[in-house]
Amino acid sequence: MPDEREPPGQPGESHGPEAESAPDGGASRTASEQPRQPAHPPRVGPSGEPVRDLPPAESKRMNRRELLKLAPVIVLGAFAIPKWQQPLLNEGYAFGDWASGKLFGRHRLARTFSDHEVAPLERFPYNYYDVLYPDIDFSTWTLTVEGLVQRPGDYKLQQIQAFPKIVQNTRHVCVEGWDVIGNFGGARASDFLRAIGADLTARYLEVECLDQYYESIDMETILHPQTLLCYEMYGQPLPPGHGAPLRLQMPTKLGYKQAKYLDTIRVTNVLKDGRQGYWEDQGYDWYGGL
Amino acid sequence: MASTANAIDRKQAQPVTMVYEHPFIVRFAHWVNAVALLVMIGSGLQVFVAFPSFGPKIPQKNFFVPPKAITLGGWLGGSLQWHFTFMWFFMGSGLLYVIYQVVSGHWRQVLFLPHDIKGVWPMAKHYFFFGKKPPVKAAYNSLQKLAYTSTLFFGVLSTLTGLVLWKPVQFWWLMLLFGGFRLTRIWHFISMCGFVAFIPGHLIMVALHGWNNFYSMITGWKREPEYLD
Repeated sequence: MPDEREPPGQPGESHGPEAESAPDGGASRTASEQPRQPAHPPRVGPSGEPVRDLPPAESKRMNRRELLKLAPVIVLGAFAIPKWQQPLLNEGYAFGDWASGKLFGRHRLARTFSDHEVAPLERFPYNYYDVLYPDIDFSTWTLTVEGLVQRPGDYKLQQIQAFPKIVQNTRHVCVEGWDVIGNFGGARASDFLRAIGADLTARYLEVECLDQYYESIDMETILHPQTLLCYEMYGQPLPPGHGAPLRLQMPTKLGYKQAKYLDTIRVTNVLKDGRQGYWEDQGYDWYGGL
Repeated sequence: MASTANAIDRKQAQPVTMVYEHPFIVRFAHWVNAVALLVMIGSGLQVFVAFPSFGPKIPQKNFFVPPKAITLGGWLGGSLQWHFTFMWFFMGSGLLYVIYQVVSGHWRQVLFLPHDIKGVWPMAKHYFFFGKKPPVKAAYNSLQKLAYTSTLFFGVLSTLTGLVLWKPVQFWWLMLLFGGFRLTRIWHFISMCGFVAFIPGHLIMVALHGWNNFYSMITGWKREPEYLD
């Protein structure tokens, strides 16, 4: 602190940096044990903290300087300003989504469980947001495929069932905090997308559902080996509450990403504005990865 | 004339002994963490409202439904935005603090170690049962070290369990360590309880020790600390 000069006529008042390095570091010293020269208070605190003897005005100035150094903390106060709050929280989400993408292991498999660890179907909960059982004519149902695909069009359930069937016991995690282990069967989404000549370098898969639900998912997750176009649970056709006839099943995503009652899927690089997903547009985070 | 009077005042004033107790990084991390911790607790409780249980969804047995007054975010989506934004501030300030303590060697004055155990009871007796005050020998007494080290413990526990709840598939090995998904939720909740237990005691102590002590966590400098008498 070169600016802290002693006022004339007051020796021993201010100590330069050399005063801070007491020979023993002060670690074992107690106030009563060690005799000290008068007018020279200890140079370091009990744990080696720097000590200064300063005129009051000088000490005030030093305090003020240190106070100002803490000013960056006030930046957090921006979160309290209504106009900035939502944009800042969106940035927080976006950073989390970026980190989630980095953490995601393409080949890292979610844990699979043995049959006796699986919860019975009647104890497998499901949420709905509007329509519990949308009115679907299963005899005419098709999956419509759009976007960056060589063979777009309508695909029958039998065409999806023609791909190798994957059956897996995996954990379903709801954003609310509950989890349940279930048994799922279906075709790998990656098998289907490859077969129809989808652009696998595209960024997203957009999903529209027959209950007006909608979703968008990163392509990396869609191509994950455990991501299924799921048409079976517990060896039976998908029950109505669980999204019959076809749903997404992704053990690497939260439940709200796993859209039910599939109607249309679209391979794309650009998400429609304000249509990231039904819940995402209201405040859930987009990535939703586990 | 005023300036001359000031100058005379200054010459006559007694020098003030000041001790630099809290380095800048410690103070910065403390205040960022204080804000982040309150946000994490409030938003975390609102997240818990969505499923206030530690068991299965069917059948659901509620453990405790946090009242609106102590929650932040309004609903699950809102609280998750706060939780997933301020977790970065929480982790960042914690990491900054820990790295600084290790690199600077300051951990020696605050980390609770086995030899501190014997000092806890005399200090607790003094605080809670008006016992004789043990001699002040260091910046932190044993009880303080225990309290501050416990927050470090809860900070590490809440961070690691939080990472597991956020990414249970990616951090599967950590989830294994905590005994599975549902147990991890319990540990996460317990770590929050640890902070909730710490905060009132901490604030009461700050209030009892007065402005000078409080101000040292803002500017770093403590005026005339008792251990220099």
